[in-house]
Amino acid sequence: MKYAYFPGCSLHSTASEYDLSTKAVCRELGIELEEIPDWNCCGATSGHSLNKEVGIALPLRNLAKAEEMGLDVVTPCAACFNRLKSADDIVKRDPAMLALMAEKYGVNYKGTVNTLSLLSVVYGLGVEAIQSHVKRELAGLKPACYYGCLLLRPPDVADFDDAENPISLDELMGSLGAEAVKWPYKTECCGASLSLSKSEIVVKLTHDILSMAKRSGANCIVTACPLCQGNLDMRQSQVEAKYGEEFGLPIFYFTQLMGAAFGLPDSSLGFNKLMVNPGAVLAAVGSEGK
Amino acid sequence: MARVGVFVCWCGSNIAKTVDVEKVAEAASKMPSVAYATHYKYMCSEPGQNLVKQAIEEHKLTRIVVASCSPRLHEPTFQRCISEAGLNPYMLEMANIREHCSWVHEDKEAATQKAIDLTAMAVAKAIRNEALSQQEIPLTKTALVIGGGVAGIQAALDIANAGYQVTLVERTPSIGGRMAQYDKTFPTLDCAACILTPKMVDCASNPNIRIMSYSEVENVSGFVGNFDITIRRRARSIDMAKCTGCGVCYEKCPVKLPSEFDEGLGQRRAIYVPFPQAVPNVPVIDREKCRKFLDDKCGACQKLCPADAVDYTQEDELITERFGAIVVATGFQTWDPAEYGNLGYGIYPDVITGLQFERLINASGPTDGKLVRPSDHTVPKNVVFISCIGSRDDEHGYPYCSKVCCMYNAKHALLLKEKNHDAQAYVFYTDIRANGKGYEEFVRRAIEKYGAIYLRGRVSRVFEMDGKLYVRGVDTLAGKPVEIEADMVVLASAMEAQPDAKDLARKLGISVDEYNWFSEAHPKLRPVEVLTAGIYLAGACQYPKDIPDSVAQASGAASKVLGLFSKPNILSEPMVAEVNEDNCVGCLLCKEVCPYTAIEAKVLVDRNGNPIKTVSSVNEGLCHGCGTCVAACRSSSIQLRGFKDNQILAEIDALAFSE
Repeated sequence: MKYAYFPGCSLHSTASEYDLSTKAVCRELGIELEEIPDWNCCGATSGHSLNKEVGIALPLRNLAKAEEMGLDVVTPCAACFNRLKSADDIVKRDPAMLALMAEKYGVNYKGTVNTLSLLSVVYGLGVEAIQSHVKRELAGLKPACYYGCLLLRPPDVADFDDAENPISLDELMGSLGAEAVKWPYKTECCGASLSLSKSEIVVKLTHDILSMAKRSGANCIVTACPLCQGNLDMRQSQVEAKYGEEFGLPIFYFTQLMGAAFGLPDSSLGFNKLMVNPGAVLAAVGSEGK
Repeated sequence: MARVGVFVCWCGSNIAKTVDVEKVAEAASKMPSVAYATHYKYMCSEPGQNLVKQAIEEHKLTRIVVASCSPRLHEPTFQRCISEAGLNPYMLEMANIREHCSWVHEDKEAATQKAIDLTAMAVAKAIRNEALSQQEIPLTKTALVIGGGVAGIQAALDIANAGYQVTLVERTPSIGGRMAQYDKTFPTLDCAACILTPKMVDCASNPNIRIMSYSEVENVSGFVGNFDITIRRRARSIDMAKCTGCGVCYEKCPVKLPSEFDEGLGQRRAIYVPFPQAVPNVPVIDREKCRKFLDDKCGACQKLCPADAVDYTQEDELITERFGAIVVATGFQTWDPAEYGNLGYGIYPDVITGLQFERLINASGPTDGKLVRPSDHTVPKNVVFISCIGSRDDEHGYPYCSKVCCMYNAKHALLLKEKNHDAQAYVFYTDIRANGKGYEEFVRRAIEKYGAIYLRGRVSRVFEMDGKLYVRGVDTLAGKPVEIEADMVVLASAMEAQPDAKDLARKLGISVDEYNWFSEAHPKLRPVEVLTAGIYLAGACQYPKDIPDSVAQASGAASKVLGLFSKPNILSEPMVAEVNEDNCVGCLLCKEVCPYTAIEAKVLVDRNGNPIKTVSSVNEGLCHGCGTCVAACRSSSIQLRGFKDNQILAEIDALAFSE
């Protein structure tokens, strides 16, 4: 199983632990990732908000490159996934736009690439296949599975899981021996990129999510999006200060927890990059051998 | 040799203002085979018609062309006129020089030339017209009503009370339909059972009505006046003649199952009557769940039955009978709101549908009418009603409005307060659609007298936390997000077509729309009929309807049936397709394209009965003369009487060779 890998800007910077753990887990699962050579920005937020055509041309150039490689694309980032898949969807429905992309932007794409989120690829392996790699069950870990607002939307484009009541991440955690808590905020918005421009909104939204996770009995949150992880992790101390509440909830990427359950070395999972120290939570879980 | 008379009408100034009628008549008089041509101010008036009749006699005319208005308006008038003068009515041809000419043109010279051309075409065709006559088709004056809800019941009663035999086929064990499940009805708050059950009993006691419950239409053939219907009477496992309805059998049945009638909130047994007022009041055994049928154990009902009515060996029965007319009244089903992942239906037990709420407040419901939460049987205080669940929502359900939800939300909000004075209703709505007699007033009453809080907006999420439901949504009038702590959430789930509506449509040879509702013949002017003669629609099988609309349409359907039955037999329209059997190669493409299932394969045999070949055969009772088959036929072996190729081509020639 081989894919063209699109890490996107976050995974090469603020979310390098997502990149690291993705590669480690995929290696373990036999999923070969070949990074798209000379990839560019997916066009998230600023690109597609300011200019529709550029918002399509940017991601489409990446798909065209993957097409040359003869591979389907997998990306771990929810925003990258959304942009790549949306652009693909638009040009597949609108041949005139596809022609314009070639003419005006020099992007020659035939429309043969399927774009997948990393979560859907991993989940697609099936619970049993994943369980067979588990060396250390994450018993006692109670993650609140947080999908965020973007990963599954718009539903007919994302074409994976229920956009309002998703279960893939919960089942994935279950296969690792963790007990995903039932909670209602799986797909709430964290404020995403408003983190920089309107941080007071993000502080409120992340507070609501953290507090609901805590109320629901979670001892950590697991994410599949660098923006979600960034906001919940980096803003957590700020939220605690503002609202006078202690959360202490480590915010993991699902790949980090998979790596931990697979017994991969911590150095390949980037736990040290997390702002909220996961040490205590990770130390308390797990039973050796399976 | 044909002798054609041409009669050009002025239609007051309608035609004469733009068309030089005198010139048209003069030009017509020189056309081939025209023996007489004239013009008159109002040809349809009595003097005008007399003019035509006199000319027929004086000039020995054999074909008549009237150049006037659309044949849709006065073709029957002039057909009658010329037949009174002794001509076959189909010897008439009309040239439409009003709608197709004078009304749409201003240039008098050009319009006059066009009128002459149109007249020439009509003359060319008239010369080739053939005498046609209507055929008498026998008529079986018994009706089949499919579906025993309030619409089917009303239609059956109306037809039966007029003196005709009706068979009422109902799929479930009892007639009554959806209405039997309801508590009270808007806007008058009549108890549904109080007004419905007498009608159910009337059906049972009416000597002209035969109820076939637990039965389904298996096969349909034939045509108007002569439908041959096969009905499957499913094995009830009870001898209906012996059963006294005492109820001992189901009291002692050990198998408990969720009750369909109570929308899963109550229980029934494996042998059961769906509700206390069921008609017929005879139980039925659910063979898929009964222990006797599953592993040949128990048998308690048979042992205990004092009337010896339980019969495990009963088998399905197929009955084939002929009916003259069919009323389709198969109703609707409710859409499954679990489709909305964010509303918690199917996850939280206190998130229920409107129909479940009806059962919870119904005196014969699972809680004897005590409104309590399904989860813990406590009395709910704050109840949130959410409109448009699956309606007006392309994303999850259907784009159409389900029509009844606004009204039953108001009813539920009102009844909630009647059941519990401390309760508070919240209603999320898109628009309040209350257009019916007394409807708007009823909604205002719920708001103003019963204090229901109406919030215009949609709900984004329902979730449970510490035993409470939280409803998050937006109040678009206030422009603010709202969160309500609720004890119960009621979803107004959409009405949708029955899951097998399309199958039934195929059996009946009628059509469905994009949502599988049955299609009427015309959305405004023929709302009760379908395109297939002799089949009529009643109730919500056509599109979402409330009780008053369903009942009104049912009476409409019944009156259509009675109109049909009021004649001694059926006269067929002669302008139908006919097959040239010598030419026909039997490809049956015409059968494929026929929208009325009027064409069947026929095997021609020689004098010894040996098959020679297969050809198409037109059923004149079903054919509407649309001509689709004619267009499809590759060998021109099928022709439409009155519109044969030679007639149409003569018209085209007349136009093409005009000056």
